[in-house]
Amino acid sequence: MNTAISKEDVYSILEKVSDPEVPVLSIIDLGVVRDVILSDDLVEVVITPTYTGCPAMDMIEVEIKATLQEHGFERTKITTILSPAWTTDWLSESGKQKLREYGIAPPQGAAKSKRALFSEESGIICPQCSSTNTEMVSQFGSTACKAQYKCLSCEEPFDYFKCH
Amino acid sequence: MKDHLYNFLLHLGDNALVLGHRLSEICGHGPILEQDMAMTNIALDLVGQSRNIFQYAARMKGGDTTEDTLAYLRDATAFKNVLLVEQKNGDFAKTILRQFLYDAYNYPLYKRLMNSSDKDLAAIAEKSIKEITYHLKWSSEWVIRLGDGTEESHNRMNNAIQDLWSYTGELFKYSDYEISCHESGILPDLNGIAEEWNAEVKNIFAEAGLEIPEKAWSHDGGKRGVHSEHLGFLLAEMQFLQRAYPGQEW
Ligand SMILES: [Zn+2]
Repeated sequence: MNTAISKEDVYSILEKVSDPEVPVLSIIDLGVVRDVILSDDLVEVVITPTYTGCPAMDMIEVEIKATLQEHGFERTKITTILSPAWTTDWLSESGKQKLREYGIAPPQGAAKSKRALFSEESGIICPQCSSTNTEMVSQFGSTACKAQYKCLSCEEPFDYFKCH
Repeated sequence: MKDHLYNFLLHLGDNALVLGHRLSEICGHGPILEQDMAMTNIALDLVGQSRNIFQYAARMKGGDTTEDTLAYLRDATAFKNVLLVEQKNGDFAKTILRQFLYDAYNYPLYKRLMNSSDKDLAAIAEKSIKEITYHLKWSSEWVIRLGDGTEESHNRMNNAIQDLWSYTGELFKYSDYEISCHESGILPDLNGIAEEWNAEVKNIFAEAGLEIPEKAWSHDGGKRGVHSEHLGFLLAEMQFLQRAYPGQEW
């Protein structure tokens, strides 16, 4: 392997790997890449799952390996860690912007306990018309990371990438 | 290998897998689209949690054991899930109540497992707890909505309580492996979990206008592999592909 390769180079290659369920986000935007370890001719990428049952994770592993191979890295290893657990606090600012442009409301505020009964995240900004006059339809959406909301101003339904 | 830890992992993984499979049976049959999606989301979380647990158990066991052999190639008598989770879906009230009674137990259990002396298990618990928090919130809200809803929904909740209450005692009855795990600091005291469960159920039932049944006889056996007839049918469907076409992959 080219010894001039740095961690940053690997990170920028990983920017090309997108989340299969929200393809505007790279896995770097998503915050699932926790570390890159370079040793001899091996590139080890340490990742953490978003949700335990997220079917995208298996796909992401395959894509990381394939993308690194395209860039000349023959020996790669993916290590999955569970702790510390992933949180939407790790979503990058550019990732949030990309979500908004894609029509998904990005998480607002920091992840905290959702234990309170009937509590829902309010004042979520509609990605269509930017109104905050919105309400939750269901805390479970089309994928594990999203909740269903509707906008009372433009009357469009939308996905909210919920705080987790 | 620590047998008691391995058996306890199977117990935890089987609880999640069996309940996850039950909920997945509802996919496409939910009462309304949003709740169909909620139940399949919860199913996905639970199956995901069982995968993390089985992967760890398989590493511990070594040899040819994988998460797939644990899920697909064990017979009913080798499953250690509690009887509650294998009970059939029934109507929406029964599905909801089964979920709530389980979530109200799972939440305090996983909260404590985050401090387990076993670091791998603690990491799995840390990863799972946020999802379990969502589950408990969702099922609690529905118990209140149905209990405090129409006469029909209230009656259906009462029928569900009649059907399921006798399966709750088993949650807090120690199996041999749980005793050993408790003694080695892997598993916290089940009595503390029972107290939290009782308080939660009392609270939500009060808000839902539902009565907690008098203490009664309770079923057990699931933790040691003695199951109701429902589990065999569930496994026959879940394991069919790997039994009929061993080693088949997507
Ligand atoms: Zn709008």
